[in-house]
Amino acid sequence: MHVEVRGLNKKFGDFQAVRNVEFAIGKGQLIGLLGPSGGGKTSILRMLAGLEKPDTGDILFHGRRVNDLPPQERGIGFVFQNYALFKHMTVAQNIAFGLEVKKWPKPKIKERIAELVELTGLAGFEKRYPHQLSGGQRQRVAFARALAPEPQLLLLDEPFAAIDAKIRHELRSWLREMIDRLGITSIFVTHDQDEAIEVADEIMIINKGQVEQKGTPWEIYQNPQTPFVASFIGESTVVENIASLRGFEDAASWPGTRALIRPEYVEVGQENEFILLSATERGRVSHVHFRGSEWLVEVQVGQIKLVTYRSLEKSVLKPGDEVRVLVHRAYLFNDNDNWVMENKLKQEDPLPVHI
Amino acid sequence: MKALWITLTFIVFAVLLGAPVVRIAYGAWDEGWSGFSEGLTRPEAVHALMMTGLIVVIVTLINGLFGVMLALYLVRAKWLGPQVKRIMNSIVDLPFAVSPVIGGLMIVLLLGPDTALGSLLDQAGVKIVYALPGMVIATLFVTFPLIIREVMPVLQEIGDQQEEAAHLLGAYGWTTFWRVTWPSIRWSVVYGVVLTVARTLGEFGAVLVVSGNILFKTQTATTLVYEDVENFNLTAANAVALVLAACSVGLLLFMEWAKSRRAS
Repeated sequence: MHVEVRGLNKKFGDFQAVRNVEFAIGKGQLIGLLGPSGGGKTSILRMLAGLEKPDTGDILFHGRRVNDLPPQERGIGFVFQNYALFKHMTVAQNIAFGLEVKKWPKPKIKERIAELVELTGLAGFEKRYPHQLSGGQRQRVAFARALAPEPQLLLLDEPFAAIDAKIRHELRSWLREMIDRLGITSIFVTHDQDEAIEVADEIMIINKGQVEQKGTPWEIYQNPQTPFVASFIGESTVVENIASLRGFEDAASWPGTRALIRPEYVEVGQENEFILLSATERGRVSHVHFRGSEWLVEVQVGQIKLVTYRSLEKSVLKPGDEVRVLVHRAYLFNDNDNWVMENKLKQEDPLPVHI
Repeated sequence: MKALWITLTFIVFAVLLGAPVVRIAYGAWDEGWSGFSEGLTRPEAVHALMMTGLIVVIVTLINGLFGVMLALYLVRAKWLGPQVKRIMNSIVDLPFAVSPVIGGLMIVLLLGPDTALGSLLDQAGVKIVYALPGMVIATLFVTFPLIIREVMPVLQEIGDQQEEAAHLLGAYGWTTFWRVTWPSIRWSVVYGVVLTVARTLGEFGAVLVVSGNILFKTQTATTLVYEDVENFNLTAANAVALVLAACSVGLLLFMEWAKSRRAS
C-alpha cells in the first residue's frame, strides 16, 4: 500500500506531539520511525491506524484520504508494544478473531490459521493461552493475529522492546525475512538505532514531533542533515573548540561552530602505527574499557576528550600511555548550517617521501 | 501469651458473629416446626418476602446494567474530561458516605406527595414515595457504588489495548465488548452483583423511610422483622430473620467461589 501523510499535526492539551509531519512511503517498503521516547513516533503510528484523530493534515492510502475512516475499515495490521493479545483466548482463537469478525467461512479460517501458525513457527502451540507462552512467542502470535486478515499495511509499535536482548536479535532478522517474503508495506517504531539500522529499508528520524530526516540508514549515517540526527545516530562526542585540533584549523573562520566526532572517525595508537604522523595529535589515554569485541579508549588531546575503539589485535593501551591520535573527519554545525570537514593534513602530505 | 490472643480472637468472633446467628436460629425454633412455618407462611410474611424478592430482582438488573456502563464510561470514555471524570468518580461513592436513612429522606423530600414533582406525578397516577418505585429508587441509591467499584479497577488494570487491537481487526463496539472486554470483567460483575443482592436483602433504613412500612403494601422482609419485634412477636421475627441470614450466608459462599474463579 502506498502511504502518504501531509501536514499532520496533533496536540494533547498544550503538548504538541506531532508537528507538520509529511512523508510518503512506497509499496512494500519497511520503514523505521526512530527517535527518542516521547518524540511523537507512536502518535504518528496511532494516527495512521485511526486510533487518534489528527488535528490537521491528511492521511492518504493509495491516494485516497482516509482521515474519516474508522480503524475497523482501514485494513491495517497493528502489533502493540505489549502485544495486547486477547488473554482469555488461545493462540488459534487470537489469530481467528479478525477473520471471524470479517465473517470468513469456517474452512477458510482454519486454513488461514494453519498457514500463519506455520509461517510464525508456532505449530503445536495453537491451544495454548498467552500466559503460557514466552515473550518471543507472544510477539509472534501478535504478528500472526495482525497478518491474519491480510492487511495491506503493517504497523508495529516498539515490537521488540519487551523481549530480552538475545531473542530480540533473532526476532529482528526473522521479522525482516517475513516482511520481505510477504511484500507488505510496514512501518515500525523504535528508539533503538541498531534495530532501525538493521531492519529498515529507510529510516525516519523523529524528534519533538517533527521528521528530522528520512533516508536509508547509510545515507543518514553518512550525511546527517541536522545536528540532532548526527548526534542521535551512532555514538559521538561534541567538541566545542574544533579549530584547536590539527588539520581542522580552518574551522576558526566560522565562529560559534561546534563539531561532532564519532569514535570511528578517530584512530589512536603508538607512533609506529601511523603513516601520516604529521596529521596526528599527541594525546594521553585516560580510560580503557573492554567492550567484548574491542577496546573503548578515552583519550585526552589538550582540552578535548575523544572516544574511539581499538581492535583487540593491536597492542593493549593502558591509562596514562602517551599516544598519537588521528582525527579523520568531523561533523561541523552551527545555528544555520552543518557540513562534514575532512582532516586537511591527511590529503596534502606536507613531507612527501621520495624513494 | 499467644494462646491468650488466639482465645480472645475466637471469643470476639463468636460473640459478635456466631452468637446472633445461633440465637436467631434457636429463637426461630423455640415453638418447634409449627412456630417457624407459621412465622413464614402468614400472609404478611409471604407478601413481605415477595416484596424483598421483587426489589432484589429489579435493583440488581438496573444496577448491573448501568453500573457496568458507568464503569466503562468512567474508565474509557474519551469524551469526558479528566476533571469531569474525577468529580463523577467521587460522586459514585456518595451512598457509601451518606447514611441510608438520609438517602431515603432525600427521596421523600424530592418526590414526596407534598413536593411539586411528587404531586405532579401523583396527578398522573404514578406513586413514587410510599410505593414500590420509591423503594426501588432508595435501594438503587444505596447499592449504586457496589458494582462500579468492583468493575472499575479491573477495567483500569486490563487497559484499552486489547480493545484497540479488536477495533483494528475490524470489530465494532458491541462485538469488542462481548468478545474482548466482557470475558475479562465477567467475574467482577458477578462479584458486584452478589454484593448488590446481599445489600438489597438487608437494606432497612432507606426503605423504611421511603416505604412508610405499610402492611401488605410496602412492607419488606426487614421492615416486617422490625415490626414483629416491636409487637413482641419474637418467634415470627426470628423465622424471617433466619431466612434472610440463610440467603446471606449462601451468597457469601457463592461469592467465595466466584472469587476463586476470578483469581484463576
